[in-house]
Amino acid sequence: MTSAILFTLCGIALAGIGAFGLVAHAHLLRRILALNIIGSGVFLVFGGLGYRLPQSGADPVPQAMVITGIVVALAATALAVTLAVRLFEETGRTSLPGEGSADEHAAD
Amino acid sequence: MTPALILDLLLCVLIGAVALSAVLARDLLAGIVLFIVYGLLAAVAWVRLDAIDVALAEAAIGAGLTGILLVGAAARLRRRGEGKNVEPTRGMRRAFGRAGQLALCAGGTAALIALALTLPRDGAGLRPLAEQNLAASGISNPVTAVLLNFRGYDTLLEVVVLLAAVIGVWSLTPDRFWGGVPGLRQHARPDGVLAYFGRLLPAVGFLVAVHLLWAGADAPGGAFQAGTVLAAVWLLAAMAGLTDAPAVSSRRLRLLLVLGPAFFLLVGSMGAFAGVFLGYPPSVSTASILAIEVLLAISIAAMLSLLVLGVPRRLP
Repeated sequence: MTSAILFTLCGIALAGIGAFGLVAHAHLLRRILALNIIGSGVFLVFGGLGYRLPQSGADPVPQAMVITGIVVALAATALAVTLAVRLFEETGRTSLPGEGSADEHAAD
Repeated sequence: MTPALILDLLLCVLIGAVALSAVLARDLLAGIVLFIVYGLLAAVAWVRLDAIDVALAEAAIGAGLTGILLVGAAARLRRRGEGKNVEPTRGMRRAFGRAGQLALCAGGTAALIALALTLPRDGAGLRPLAEQNLAASGISNPVTAVLLNFRGYDTLLEVVVLLAAVIGVWSLTPDRFWGGVPGLRQHARPDGVLAYFGRLLPAVGFLVAVHLLWAGADAPGGAFQAGTVLAAVWLLAAMAGLTDAPAVSSRRLRLLLVLGPAFFLLVGSMGAFAGVFLGYPPSVSTASILAIEVLLAISIAAMLSLLVLGVPRRLP
């Protein structure tokens, strides 16, 4: 067992935790948060796999791609959050139609 | 087990526990705060993976800006009178559904872990290739060399994605505020903590950003980290009410947004005439990359700040 393997496995577990959050919640902001945890877990898997030979240092290619990924994730999150807020302002809903708690449907 | 491995194991357990509590937190705002903590811990994990450049980006963008964005949205939903969103777990069907979801996610995770353990343990990846060509790239930080030279097309497309996201966010503006000023007018007590930090930190942050940009050529840092720090201190000054965003119809603002991507594209196209798109002639590669980085950092700072501020909500 090396640190690289450890962080790879940790990344997979994080993606699993995020996936559960994504399906278990109807609230859009919580889904966006969960998606970010999935993304960050995938990045960690990539980083762990790029560090399998610690004596020669970390592979710069996954690092550069993860930096790109982090920025793109922020761009997607910003767009998603704006859409969620707009949906709430237009309809008073915080989840997509057909989902969410019973109380929320009652308010329709 | 070496002490370093034990430390890493503890870090992994901590990250997993914080991620789980962020997902399961009963209160949305508590979940978001836990997510910010999670981002900072993930940055520590990147330091442990010898990826300081990524750690800087994760702490500044993953934890910082994403955190502000989510806190802002949650506050907006709360202000507009959304009740507590506690999801009811009553009913057998719902309980079974939840168990199914849990089983599916746990099963998928276990399968992926089993798969990851079969991967070869000695993959050197592309590091040898990057190191061989580092001297020709004109930059001695391998990550910056990959970002702006070896895989420059990734970075070019990335800043275009950022620009597209800004346009996407703006396109969701309510009709009456089109062309207006993004975000709400901020008021802070003039002698309060926020106003104090709003005056103090931008000066320090500006120096840190310039350092990150300059040092990025041969040490961890670069245009993205510098741009994020600039965006963060500008947002802080705006939140303290010391400065205000320009209207999105402002020509100067739009120029600022396209400056970096346009210059990158221009230099890349000049490379196309000389032989290969996004290839820099070795004699000017250092100068080209530094010039691209300076302009990119400015545009990235503007794009990130606008993404966090969101749609226009006031008339100019």
